[in-house]
Amino acid sequence: MNAIEFILSGMLAAATPFLLAALGELVAERSGVLNLGVEGTMAFGAALGFIVVYNGGGHVLGFVAASLGGVLLSLLFAFVTLGLRANQVATGLAIGILGLGLSAFYGKPYESFTVSGIGKIAVPGLSDIPVVGGLFAQDIVVWLALGTTVVLWYVLAHTKLGLLLRAVGENPKAANSIGYPVVLIRLGAVAFGGAMAGIAGAYASTIYTPLWADGMIAGRGWIAVALVVFGTWMVGRVFWGACLFGAVSLGGIAAQTAGLSVPSQLLTSLPYLVTIIVLGVISSNRTLLKINGVPSLGEPFEK
Amino acid sequence: MTTVLGLTLPRLVRRDHASVSMMVIAPFAALALAAFCNLLLYAGLGINPLIVFKAMLIDPFTSYFSFSEILLKAGPLLLIAQGLAIGFRAKVFNIGAEGQFVLGAIFASAIPVYAPQASGLWIWPSMLVMGMFGGLLWAAITAFWRARLNANEILVSLMLSFVAIQILNYLLLGPWKDPMGFNFPQSVMFQYDALLPILLPGTRVNVSLVLALVLAGAAWLFTQRSFAGYRLEVGGLAPNAARYAGFSQNRAVWLSLLIGGCAAGLAGAAEVAGPVGQLQRSISTGYGYAAIIVAYLGGLHPIGIVFSAFLMATLYIGGDNAMVSAGLPIAAVYVFQGSLLLAYLILSTFVRNRLEWPDKAPAVSEVGRQ
Repeated sequence: MNAIEFILSGMLAAATPFLLAALGELVAERSGVLNLGVEGTMAFGAALGFIVVYNGGGHVLGFVAASLGGVLLSLLFAFVTLGLRANQVATGLAIGILGLGLSAFYGKPYESFTVSGIGKIAVPGLSDIPVVGGLFAQDIVVWLALGTTVVLWYVLAHTKLGLLLRAVGENPKAANSIGYPVVLIRLGAVAFGGAMAGIAGAYASTIYTPLWADGMIAGRGWIAVALVVFGTWMVGRVFWGACLFGAVSLGGIAAQTAGLSVPSQLLTSLPYLVTIIVLGVISSNRTLLKINGVPSLGEPFEK
Repeated sequence: MTTVLGLTLPRLVRRDHASVSMMVIAPFAALALAAFCNLLLYAGLGINPLIVFKAMLIDPFTSYFSFSEILLKAGPLLLIAQGLAIGFRAKVFNIGAEGQFVLGAIFASAIPVYAPQASGLWIWPSMLVMGMFGGLLWAAITAFWRARLNANEILVSLMLSFVAIQILNYLLLGPWKDPMGFNFPQSVMFQYDALLPILLPGTRVNVSLVLALVLAGAAWLFTQRSFAGYRLEVGGLAPNAARYAGFSQNRAVWLSLLIGGCAAGLAGAAEVAGPVGQLQRSISTGYGYAAIIVAYLGGLHPIGIVFSAFLMATLYIGGDNAMVSAGLPIAAVYVFQGSLLLAYLILSTFVRNRLEWPDKAPAVSEVGRQ
């Protein structure tokens, strides 16, 4: 297997934690809420998922537990920011620190334990194509994540629910005055984001690298938040961004196995450096951010 | 009127004036709330909460040495939090103090690593200056990205922290590794003149604590009494109004980040030249993140931050105690920190707002009005 085949076949799985967490954050941000607790929520979900799977609960139950954990943290976030109208940046950081702490707290007895991942489902025919065939053999969660991407794109662009969500983010006062429950819609969006972050964490800890290590999320939640900006709050672009980061994180491993004489620390830093560079490039296009951005993002809503 | 499951919820109503008494009560009430929730959590793990409580909040004050350790820990937290708070007040969210701290430690270490034989009184002060420069340089990247490229400073400064840790790893596993260090990822032990003078005999408390307190005073002067500090705050809070008055938002960004980076870098330098005495991987223990909590808990006010820094330092030392005496995992400290900030944010809502309970018979008046 050469480097290109290696990256193509693993890219989607590597992208999945980014993709799931970023899609959840995208929905929350589209409704006008900036939740910076994604990293901690992912870590909490990762720990819960791992604990359930390790103790024989199976992957389905593990993912359910992780998503419930994510919802729990995000409801706490929602209570403080939507209910009490506290600063969203500070509250998000608090939730993030709390989530990271809880994941280390409950994960400690499981340090460096492993679980078995799950098998891959190949598309007959397509997966036999040389070079790109690996793209068509993925585990069920990757397929579901791709499906979720399409559904979410459709819901946001073509349904009343999507319109409502966007309206609440664009102009909460107007949405409120025509009778839509702004806070309730935001609450739902934040809870959805929490569930997705929890699932993203569980995928990372029980399937992608089925091993528990403290700090294993390693900034992927923050990159997911950055991906929403890269994708200028659009589902399709967030998907391509996640793929890029999947490829970048595998590119490091591929370069190492190819015997490239680059310090491993530089390869580890690659996703962070790419984030910084892409963030600079996209954000410097102020018009693009202005057109696609969410005007009420981060601001508390008061009737 | 909002009702959930048949219960009528109270409404949050803005106060005419911010409540000063609530401002003072909020951090203490937050501590009580967080302590209560965390002790419940420990009880859930089968750990006796009373033993933890005693180890965490009482034992640190029962001996001269452990009290001195609180003073030692408070130094870096105080330094970093003062720098961050200046930015936070201007709505510039530098979340990457951890990375700026690490770069400060690296820059300061360059002197004893490349001149291990040098001696003289110039060494430790130069290391502190180098540390400030390192932190400043690292923060300047974020400032450039935000001011020139319009990029979100939260994400950029945080990503740079991850990169900083990798630079530290690279140096300690490669060019700066102590050749006599049995292959451990650490630099040489620094020479005597590269260490900060001890302040309290018999302890590890060094002159950096004095420096931190002096800088707290400077921060008070800057934020409360100087025009530059006022301009900075307005530039960040109300960019449009500020522009009319000739203050620029970009200036606020640059100034906030450079001050924050400088302070964090100084703290990093004081850590390697102080209690650690060499460059190690373990210098990065999350002070940069804890300082965010310290800044908020102190109400983003220079005097409040002095108190919250000592409180946070107590939690660190108390957490270490509880690890030994009650078998508490070290992660409990981070859980406590997160819940403390959350509790504070919940309670500080009531500085500017109050709850208005619905009348006994609101339905009548509602109907009447319609």
